[in-house]
Amino acid sequence: MIIFLQATVEGLSLAAIYSLVAIGFVLIYKAMEVLSFAQPALAVVGAGIISSLAIDRGIPFWLALFLGVILTGILGLLIERTFLRPMVGEPVFSVAVLTIGIDILLRTVLDSWIGINPKYMGDPFPSYGNFGAVKLGGVNIKYLELAALVTAILLIILLTIFFRKSKYGIAMRATSYDQEAAMAQGINVGRIFGLVWMIAGILAAFAGFFITGGFNTLSQFSFISALRALPAVVIGGLDSIPGAVVGSIIIGLTQGYVAYYQLSFESLIGFSFGNGFSVVAPYLIMFVILIFKPDGLFGTEEVERV
Amino acid sequence: MLAIENLEVVYQDVILVLRGVSLEIKKGEIVALLGSNGAGKTTVIRSITGLLDVQNGDITKGSISVDGEDITNLDPSKIVEKGIAQVLEGRRIFSELTVIENLRLGGHTNSNDIKDNIDKVLDLFPILKERSKGKAGYLSGGEQQMLAIGRALMSDPSYLLLDEPSLGLAPKLVDEVAELIQEINSQGVTVLLVEQNANMALNISDHGYIMETGNVVMDNKSNMLLNDEDVREFYLGLNAEGTKRKSFKDVKHYKRKKRWLS
Repeated sequence: MIIFLQATVEGLSLAAIYSLVAIGFVLIYKAMEVLSFAQPALAVVGAGIISSLAIDRGIPFWLALFLGVILTGILGLLIERTFLRPMVGEPVFSVAVLTIGIDILLRTVLDSWIGINPKYMGDPFPSYGNFGAVKLGGVNIKYLELAALVTAILLIILLTIFFRKSKYGIAMRATSYDQEAAMAQGINVGRIFGLVWMIAGILAAFAGFFITGGFNTLSQFSFISALRALPAVVIGGLDSIPGAVVGSIIIGLTQGYVAYYQLSFESLIGFSFGNGFSVVAPYLIMFVILIFKPDGLFGTEEVERV
Repeated sequence: MLAIENLEVVYQDVILVLRGVSLEIKKGEIVALLGSNGAGKTTVIRSITGLLDVQNGDITKGSISVDGEDITNLDPSKIVEKGIAQVLEGRRIFSELTVIENLRLGGHTNSNDIKDNIDKVLDLFPILKERSKGKAGYLSGGEQQMLAIGRALMSDPSYLLLDEPSLGLAPKLVDEVAELIQEINSQGVTVLLVEQNANMALNISDHGYIMETGNVVMDNKSNMLLNDEDVREFYLGLNAEGTKRKSFKDVKHYKRKKRWLS
């Protein structure tokens, strides 16, 4: 039972991280109908900025975190402005490939900065911060996992309020449904795209921090964790934010359970899936779900007048 | 005054859609723009509101000005700020959003007066008030048209461009829309009405333009147009008494006539 709870907690915290990246994917997809492959790169770049500010420059952790998140948001804005704005009206495929290019560009620059030694993130509380953990009824919960969970929930609530109530939130939704009609209302669609990328960048930076915080560290392979948000959005449906969250939870829990139960299951059936199967398992789940729901669990559902 | 001078528009770099169209929409008037399918009516509206880009169209000649200020090729959001609002053909409401959210979007450029304007619009369209919290996609066709017009009014426009507001509506609702247009006009909003329903449009407008294949072929006071023989025959479907229906090509005396300024 304790193992189950342990796996669930770790799975949920992974889910929280994935959902931050996944929501970024979905926001960009809804606005531009492009799957941006640069999202995982933005996540690790965000982590890189935080690490370089907090550790290399010695800026206080909270300030470094804040600056890192904001700067990544601005980076997202700049990417939209410089690379994607001229591509408006071009085939979706070209734009998607362009985002792969951006992904490679960002990671190449980041990798050359990371070098061989993994980078640490800052830590607000030396004794019980990112490296610490708490024991709750036998379950070992890292503070970092707890923080990821809380942050993700808070951000999702904030985003929901933003989309329901604020002027630009509603404008973003309108743009995703009917771009031309949105333009006719006087909505500056270019500005909306910029805003979408900025929000996606901010979410990615948070995810990046939680992926690389504590003992995890930022290495040249950290982005693979962020990339696992991709099966999450595919499962949930590319154009649904609740879908992105549900997909992330499925992926996160799968990964958590597989990591804890793989060995006992393998000895039971006498067959080994091999090392690191927990990393592959999410993609298998994705295949299975896509067989039954090709548009994802929450993919496009249109309101039509009867 | 909203003035279009010698406008030439090309789609996809090759398709010449407007061949030197000139229009004048005087303040306070309702101006009707009539013509058959493909005459270029919608293109005229799109070039005013800057939505040509979306359809891969370009203004190659001519100019558009509002109250003496040039607005040719301006950004759509800037044009809305200048007080020109457009009701797109086929309503194009945001069906997944609520009625109120649709209205708020219409006031995107005018966010200071959103509350007052929503009240104003709901007073004008009481049907919308009952359903203001519901999804706009569940409204009936007539209600959607009201919402589309109400949404355009949210920006406090001085010029309202309506693209076929009677499209797909029952005759009774068409009358209702016509009355509404007159009421909106009486509140000081200048209206450009693009219509297929020539009878309705000419009856409520002060001035009418008739377009064919990218040219303005006739323009006159609406009541004059209503009595014009050709207009009666081809746009209102009324023959002079006792005559047989004539062939299209025999009567269109103005068909090949070039008018650079009218």
